[in-house]
Amino acid sequence: MREFIDGSTAIVRGALDAGCTFFAGYPITPASPILMHILRELPKVGGVAIQAEDEIASIGMCIGATLSGSRAMTATSGPGLSLYSENIGLAIMGEVPLVIVDVQRLGPATGGATTVGQGDVQFVRWGTGGGYPVIALAPSTVAECYSLTRRAFDLAERFRCPVFLLTDKELDMTSVTVETESYERPPVRARAVLAAPVARAAPVAGAAPVASATRGANAAPAVIANPPPYRYEPADGVSPLAQYGGDVLVRFTGSTHDERALITKAPSKVAALNEHLRAKIEQHADEIELVELDQDSGARTLLVSYGVTAGAMHEAVARLRAAGRAVSALVVKSLWPVPERALRTALLDVDRVVVGELNHGQYRREVERLAPGLEVRGVNRVDGELITPEQFMEAAR
Amino acid sequence: MTLGTTVTPLSSYRNETPYPFCPGCGHGPILDHLNAALVKLALDPRQVVLVSDIGCSGLSDQYFATSAFHGLHGRSITYATGIKLARPDLKVIVVMGDGGTGIGGAHLLSAARRNIGVTVLVFNNFNFGMTGGQHSTTTPQGAVTSTTPGGNLERPLDICATVAANGAGFVWRGTSFDKDLADRIAEAVRAECFALLDIWELCTAYFVASNQASRKTLATTLDQLGLKAGLLHREEYPEYSAAYRAESERVRGKALAGPRALEPRFRATLDRPFRLVIAGSAGGKVRSAARLVAEAAMLSGLWAAQRDDYPITVKTGHSLSELVLAPTEIRYTGVTRPDAMIVVSDEGLAKCGRQLAAMTAEDRLFALPAFASAKTKARVTTIDPTRSTLKIGGGRLVLYCATLALRELGFLPIEALEAAATRNPEFADENLATIGAALAAGTG
Ligand SMILES: Cc1ncc(C[n+]2csc(CCOP(=O)(O)OP(=O)(O)O)c2C)c(N)n1
Ligand code: SF4
Ligand SMILES: [Mg+2]
Repeated sequence: MREFIDGSTAIVRGALDAGCTFFAGYPITPASPILMHILRELPKVGGVAIQAEDEIASIGMCIGATLSGSRAMTATSGPGLSLYSENIGLAIMGEVPLVIVDVQRLGPATGGATTVGQGDVQFVRWGTGGGYPVIALAPSTVAECYSLTRRAFDLAERFRCPVFLLTDKELDMTSVTVETESYERPPVRARAVLAAPVARAAPVAGAAPVASATRGANAAPAVIANPPPYRYEPADGVSPLAQYGGDVLVRFTGSTHDERALITKAPSKVAALNEHLRAKIEQHADEIELVELDQDSGARTLLVSYGVTAGAMHEAVARLRAAGRAVSALVVKSLWPVPERALRTALLDVDRVVVGELNHGQYRREVERLAPGLEVRGVNRVDGELITPEQFMEAAR
Repeated sequence: MTLGTTVTPLSSYRNETPYPFCPGCGHGPILDHLNAALVKLALDPRQVVLVSDIGCSGLSDQYFATSAFHGLHGRSITYATGIKLARPDLKVIVVMGDGGTGIGGAHLLSAARRNIGVTVLVFNNFNFGMTGGQHSTTTPQGAVTSTTPGGNLERPLDICATVAANGAGFVWRGTSFDKDLADRIAEAVRAECFALLDIWELCTAYFVASNQASRKTLATTLDQLGLKAGLLHREEYPEYSAAYRAESERVRGKALAGPRALEPRFRATLDRPFRLVIAGSAGGKVRSAARLVAEAAMLSGLWAAQRDDYPITVKTGHSLSELVLAPTEIRYTGVTRPDAMIVVSDEGLAKCGRQLAAMTAEDRLFALPAFASAKTKARVTTIDPTRSTLKIGGGRLVLYCATLALRELGFLPIEALEAAATRNPEFADENLATIGAALAAGTG
């Protein structure tokens, strides 16, 4: 069956199919269609969607709701992402599964509200203090807007972290024909929830004692046995999420904390936490890696692109091949962490790489770092227009 | 105690750790009152979420054996709101300093306006304790702080009046010395509404030291500012999370917006991508007419893409729709050189000069008589709606022109356009009349 659908609608459908139950957002072109659509859909499944007073509240509400058992998503564009910044750090530090859609428009500042851009690539990577790894997926078609939204929800649970879905004005607001059978439906795992031990309560490490020694006169201390909500052993392990209103006490903090979520300055504990936040993602980059490699035997040129720009690249590849040119192409769908293994494979046997993107070359630098000795050319555009197939063909000449 | 059973009531919701506050700081006594209130309410500690802001007051949650959230400065109310929206059954208590009411002012106002059922305790010591005694929204005029060495020039925020005037259901002001503080906190937590307690207290390290403040001066300041203490406002109206759920019930279980099938029933004769641009003005139904063309193409087995361009002020200026119609999947949706263009307004024409200039003699321009002399190499066909017996107003014009353009181009059966135009019963008659009128009148 075929339908006529835009990326915004596909993202909302992907979110609902992934089990999203909470959405908070603040209107901004070109992300508003997501807000307006999901606002009508979530109440149908018993979820909650709200227009918050600003972007800071949007992501704040999402974090609170996630810890209360919701699966949450928010959506914005560059200016709003700036306001998310501090809370992105909180979600990283507190290990909150969350999907953040960035519908890119031309920046900086208000920039071109209805104009396409891909200028937030490094911004999502480094958009909060501290410099910790994040995960970012970039759909290149409307069908992928659906499937990668699902995948974003899955990865958010797998790694207990915010996951970015990096799209753009053209992808989200252009309607296209989609064969509904072509929607991929990657599985979305259930949340691992921290539960109290089944056995009778006994004071365990991390227990939150409710003591009366210094207060009430004759009451015996009650103890709710809690496993520690943050486990750093092994460093790359991810502990189940403690949710409010369940059978354990929940302690959540954005401060540097120990396994029990108590604020600490002990260097060994501080180091363990910060190593954990790095390792849980960087040591599992292969699990996140998602690319589409279209290799041509004998090709000495590799075209690289992502998001909406991949469309022009595909067109260029088809035309070059029709004219007898051997050329390979790589669409990067997991931008962060950089899919180094896949990129290295694609770079084998080529002399020249062409990276096309609607910015001044933000991802080209990631490719360059993996391609010593190769000629790396950029195809870039920041005039609000899409990169054309002809531009790719010209660069590949 | 067996797990899974209710653990209430507790004799204390405090843990054993002593408070970290300076001697004489008001935070500790307020927290003791909070503890007494929780004991009185006999709540399951797992059903209570203490959301602390940042500041010395923000350290509070670590000393309680309830659930806790310690987030960012000024944003505690946003987390509390998210928690309450997701789990309306939980008791959510925010502990924030006067600092939080400044940086998080928008959240305070919005939470009051929503009447979201959280309790906010403002630990109001007239300055930022944690960062070194800087002035805050509540610092009285003339008071000396580390950032108002000559005395504060700003007027203090009346937190209570502000939230009371903007929808809070329960508003109370008092001090950390009040004997009934625990009872008032308990009342506030029990009330199913946005409840705020503005609790005045002393920061011994800074505000007391710079202003000779004391328990006594708290009362004189109150008088000087003409403010009242006690229960200042009580109003019963629907709490937000409950109201939201009641509202949601009306659509609960209704079908989600699924795909709307556009199965091929007609046949198109197109062997390459065809790019059609419709250039008109806002309010002229350019986008909806373009959508009908795209749907007609899909009903004829083609693939389609529609990209709209219009100013952010949608009811004025140009409105442009770029269509790509193709026999195979469309990966690139850009249109540099259209195969055909329909121009129906000055504003539309002004917007697509570059595309017009790129067109060649193989391409087609369909234009109202006024635009038939546009600068282009494309072959021009004039469409004059005054030839029609039906009055072709602004709302019908684009569909009228598109009908004739499609007939001239010939790769789509007009029946497909008619089928697309009747998919929405609301506009079916009007659309069919327009298409019929166009076919009857023809081009020229
Ligand atoms: C975004 C941000 N800006 C600044 C700070 C630094 N900061 C920490 S606490 C605080 C003010 C605390 O004052 P208040 O809320 O009155 O709490 P108190 O210490 O008086 O209890 C500030 C500005 C911060 N943590 N975050
Ligand atoms: S600095 Fe002020 S607010 Fe902070 S603990 Fe000391 S007295 Fe209390
Ligand atoms: Mg203060």
